[in-house]
Amino acid sequence: MTNPLSNAIDVVGVRKSYGSLQALKGIDFSIPRGEFFGLLGPNGAGKSTLISIIAGLVQADAGRIAVLGHDTVGDFRAARRLLGVVPQELVFDPFFKVREMLRIQAGYYGSGREVWPWIDEMLERLDLSDKADVSMRALSGGMKRRVLIAQALVHKPPVVILDEPTAGVDVELRRTLWQFMAELHAQGQTVVLTTHYLEEAQEMCSRIAILDHGEVKALESTRQLLKRHPFRFLRLKLANGGRLPDALQMLVASESEGTIELKLETGKHPIAGVFDALRDAGVAIEDVQTRDPDLEDIFVELTR
Amino acid sequence: MSPDQIGFLTLLKKEVMRFWSVLAQTVTAPVITALLYLLVFAQALSGRASAYEGVSYTEFLVPGLIMMTVMQNAFANTSSSLIQSKIMGNLVFLQMAPLGPWEWFGAYVLAALVRSLLVAVTMFVATLFFVPLAIHAPLALLAMFVLSAGCLAVIGLIAGIVSQKFDHIAAFTNFFINPLAFLSGVFYSVHALPKFWYMVSHLNPFFYMIDGFRYGFFGRGDVSIWLSLAWTGGFFVTASAVCLWMLITGYKMKR
Repeated sequence: MTNPLSNAIDVVGVRKSYGSLQALKGIDFSIPRGEFFGLLGPNGAGKSTLISIIAGLVQADAGRIAVLGHDTVGDFRAARRLLGVVPQELVFDPFFKVREMLRIQAGYYGSGREVWPWIDEMLERLDLSDKADVSMRALSGGMKRRVLIAQALVHKPPVVILDEPTAGVDVELRRTLWQFMAELHAQGQTVVLTTHYLEEAQEMCSRIAILDHGEVKALESTRQLLKRHPFRFLRLKLANGGRLPDALQMLVASESEGTIELKLETGKHPIAGVFDALRDAGVAIEDVQTRDPDLEDIFVELTR
Repeated sequence: MSPDQIGFLTLLKKEVMRFWSVLAQTVTAPVITALLYLLVFAQALSGRASAYEGVSYTEFLVPGLIMMTVMQNAFANTSSSLIQSKIMGNLVFLQMAPLGPWEWFGAYVLAALVRSLLVAVTMFVATLFFVPLAIHAPLALLAMFVLSAGCLAVIGLIAGIVSQKFDHIAAFTNFFINPLAFLSGVFYSVHALPKFWYMVSHLNPFFYMIDGFRYGFFGRGDVSIWLSLAWTGGFFVTASAVCLWMLITGYKMKR
């Protein structure tokens, strides 16, 4: 029985080391039911280790994890039946055809013929219908990725973890996948996403954890996280090859093809002050744009 | 049927489907190899006196060859399945599934028994054209088949668990399985050996598997059928305990 009040995932004091490398240094957080949650971090941050521990592929040195209240070690059968994981690596079983593989996968989770219509629906939704009776080894990388997604969802798990599902896939699959996941989420499924495409996380996730060096650096709603950045950006294109006054040089964040981006700290560097400095220096402006910080700016700031 | 039972049966079915999809490799090829052994040895040693009165050398050879092929295929089925899944990376599908160590153990071992049975029956039928053999003690034959194939299936599972690449499995086969199988009295009776090698043969668990299986056909063996059953049964229990410990603790499987 699943406690209706339990979180989708509870991570409590999870530690994991590989020799002298501390991959996870005591991670604590919870993901409430129905959330679209982003787990972000640079390579080596500990995301995949954490997901592997949740999925039962790796043993934690300390701490515990529960899926909808079921401990992933002590009550692993219940926990795993409630969980679907799309692994990062493009793995497949070469002995089977697509539909065969999905039916086998459903069987592992105790599901029989009752999920066959759902399997056919997923094949349809993921544009795999014409590949249903094709051997796994004959599929392209993108098609294999679609099958991996279907495999994770075959037993209709209420909690789904997508470990970089769009790595190396084309735009069409990305769209198909996000549309499909948004629908499942709307039906109440909890989705946990790790990705290096931060615009995806910003668009899809309602809450985000940023992991770095095995620690949680930030854990907030996406909106709060975006507000947290005390900067905004001003893009200038100066007329007649004009040079930026020395007083503004310290604010330059980037420069490319004649466009200068200044990073302005809210309250400390008002935009009007920049314009005043330019006017005083006799520099004319050809074009001007402002940009609010996005998740990538916050990510860079937190994991620097 | 409970979800756990469905999971177990699915894994068993998948393991059977795996070897079934490459039947030419998994059943036909070993049967042909064993028949070639039979052809060559029966021709070369046809004049040799048999170990048992009233049993020709070719008749003596057949049960041992069947059992040797069964053992090699039981080992190959579990070990190759596991190492392929490890190397291809698709073992994660099983590791993430709600399957416990007993389901893993039961499904892999039973699938190996199915393949072994297929190999044994095919060989038996094929050899009927050369030497028609009667079965003297069907229960003993069945018990020795199940226990012996079970032993090698479990050892194959252990080999698959501890191995990280195909070379490791090949080392198990070349340095453990094949020497013990060839020196187990398949091609001769251990009574024909010098005393030292006669004694050494009695420490080889495969000897009891071959001898006990042969008893099923002739009602006679180099040692008592009970001793063969005890050795093989003891070996099966010990190997199974080690294998289950590995599966329960996640030895070499969980990082």
